Amino acid sequence: MRADRTVVVGASLAGLRAAEALRDEGFTGELTLIGDEPHEPYDRPPLSKAVLSGWLPADHTTLPRLRDIDAHWLLGTAATGLDVPGRQVVLADGRRIRYDRLLIATGTRARPWPEQAGGGLRGVHVLRGREDAERLRAALLAGPHRVLVIGAGFTGGEVASSCRDLGLAVTVTQRGAAPLASALGGVVGRAAADWYRDAGVDLRLNTTVRTLEGDSHGRLRRAVLSDGSTVEAEVAVVATGAVANTGWLAGSGLAVDDHGVTCDATCRVLTPDGAVVPEVFAAGDIARWPHPRYPGQLLRLDHWDNAVRQARTAAHNMAHGGHRVHQPLPAFWSNQFGVNCKSVGLPAIADQVVITQGTLAQRRFVAAYGRDGRLVAAVAVNSPRVLGGYAALIEAGAPFPPVLNAPDGPPQPTAVDAEFPRRSTAATAAATAATAATAATATAQRRPVMTAHP
Amino acid sequence: MTKQSPPDTLRLVVDLNRCQNYGQCVYAAPTVFRFHGEESLEYDYAPGEAARREVERAAAACPVQAIALGAANEPSPLSAGSDR
Ligand SMILES: Cc1cc2nc3c(=O)[nH]c(=O)nc-3n(C[C@H](O)[C@H](O)[C@H](O)COP(=O)(O)OP(=O)(O)OC[C@H]3O[C@@H](n4cnc5c(N)ncnc54)[C@H](O)[C@@H]3O)c2cc1C
Ligand code: SF4
Repeated sequence: MRADRTVVVGASLAGLRAAEALRDEGFTGELTLIGDEPHEPYDRPPLSKAVLSGWLPADHTTLPRLRDIDAHWLLGTAATGLDVPGRQVVLADGRRIRYDRLLIATGTRARPWPEQAGGGLRGVHVLRGREDAERLRAALLAGPHRVLVIGAGFTGGEVASSCRDLGLAVTVTQRGAAPLASALGGVVGRAAADWYRDAGVDLRLNTTVRTLEGDSHGRLRRAVLSDGSTVEAEVAVVATGAVANTGWLAGSGLAVDDHGVTCDATCRVLTPDGAVVPEVFAAGDIARWPHPRYPGQLLRLDHWDNAVRQARTAAHNMAHGGHRVHQPLPAFWSNQFGVNCKSVGLPAIADQVVITQGTLAQRRFVAAYGRDGRLVAAVAVNSPRVLGGYAALIEAGAPFPPVLNAPDGPPQPTAVDAEFPRRSTAATAAATAATAATAATATAQRRPVMTAHP
Repeated sequence: MTKQSPPDTLRLVVDLNRCQNYGQCVYAAPTVFRFHGEESLEYDYAPGEAARREVERAAAACPVQAIALGAANEPSPLSAGSDR
């Protein structure tokens, strides 16, 4: 049979860009995009930044369509099941959509706060979609006396920063010893702690939230922290990571769990015993794959750049039955507390770090990350122009510490321990408790590495 | 206002990994782009047709081609008749 029906499930960044790339690649068959949100594809990064702070209305985040795609759009329609042998996507309304090729691009959702610890209280928010942002924005406009942000990852920091822009009092709790520590390590993380504190955030490190408590009307009143102290707050934002949207794939016979959908390096989805399902592909936040640069592990990159690139690679292989390998140099940015932070490579695999340009205290610096004597990543803070050079060095396998002789470099660069939370144990519990069951079954080498935006 | 040309089709996106914060776009289209803090570029993805010339100028001025404009002619997926 000719492969002339392609279905994309998940109509957001990866889904839209894949559909466009399929047409760019010359696919002329029938194309269907299925998305459960009742919106045209929109961009999420501004939700925690310009939208929350009020500069940009939430409905001004719609992504441009870069070309005509002549597709059937099924928006506001959730996929609820997948019949792999019968090649059909099952929709919430019972319809079945046949495919010859399928792309899974259903992304992730914010990990919810447990119901029994106050997750159902009014005033408890997560931030993933446009409606989340609108609800949270309205709650912030109501003028809460204090906002509690649970988790000091990228999203947590961006939310706290936006709240400070609005003049709101903010407490942030962070399980580890520094913000961003699981993504960028303790050295850069400690610098980030200063960004929080200088912005007036009440930052509680090595602290978790034990429970959220409400009043008799079911509205959030306060949080009880792990050290026994309490924080009075009417709004809490849970920013403790993401869970893959794989519910609709339960029972499909594909290798899926809360971490995502496992594929090979060419974006083809696998079965649990490692067999390739040649007509099913995955891209974006939901995909985990063996990146040739990082052997012995499955990578999931919950970042904008990866969604766009993986969508293109998957589309190429779908259109041509090709075997292009998805092996991008990871890259992301975050803006928080007036600081622009950009990263290339994979800091989380490093054992050492060295400041190669600027200083931590100036908030203008580049941190180079090394592992086993090779440069593996660079993080540029308020230095957006220099990263290209580092990216080239990383791709060339340059030694660490890198020899740069940058004019703004320190007189004697000293590499120090990058201070990532102990990896073998609780640290990848950035990928946490919810996934402990599946993690336990994974072998040591198959430990998932993730650099989630949340 | 025909179906082929919806009233508000100007859309843009900036690849903020590629963007090097040169700020040419902010000069070219100050109502659409701004810096928040020293180095954080923010922008309106859907500023309205009236801004088209400014935005096109901004995209052309960007030294790293980080700004992409919508280029589809077909109606938006949410306009009547596209969901068949
Ligand atoms: C608040 C926030 C800020 C961010 N900031 C940055 C940043 O500064 N820099 C950066 O690099 N990255 C950032 N990111 C990450 C970036 O937005 C993601 O990497 C990107 O959205 C991934 O795209 P995706 O298409 O794979 O997944 P998603 O955008 O999650 O899209 C998946 C789509 O599938 C839909 N879906 C799910 N299940 C089903 C189903 N069963 N049936 C039909 N549809 C379904 C979802 O509703 C969604 O529309 C941010 C993310 C968030 C949430
Ligand atoms: S002109 Fe281009 S590089 Fe400069 S700030 Fe605008 S988008 Fe970024």
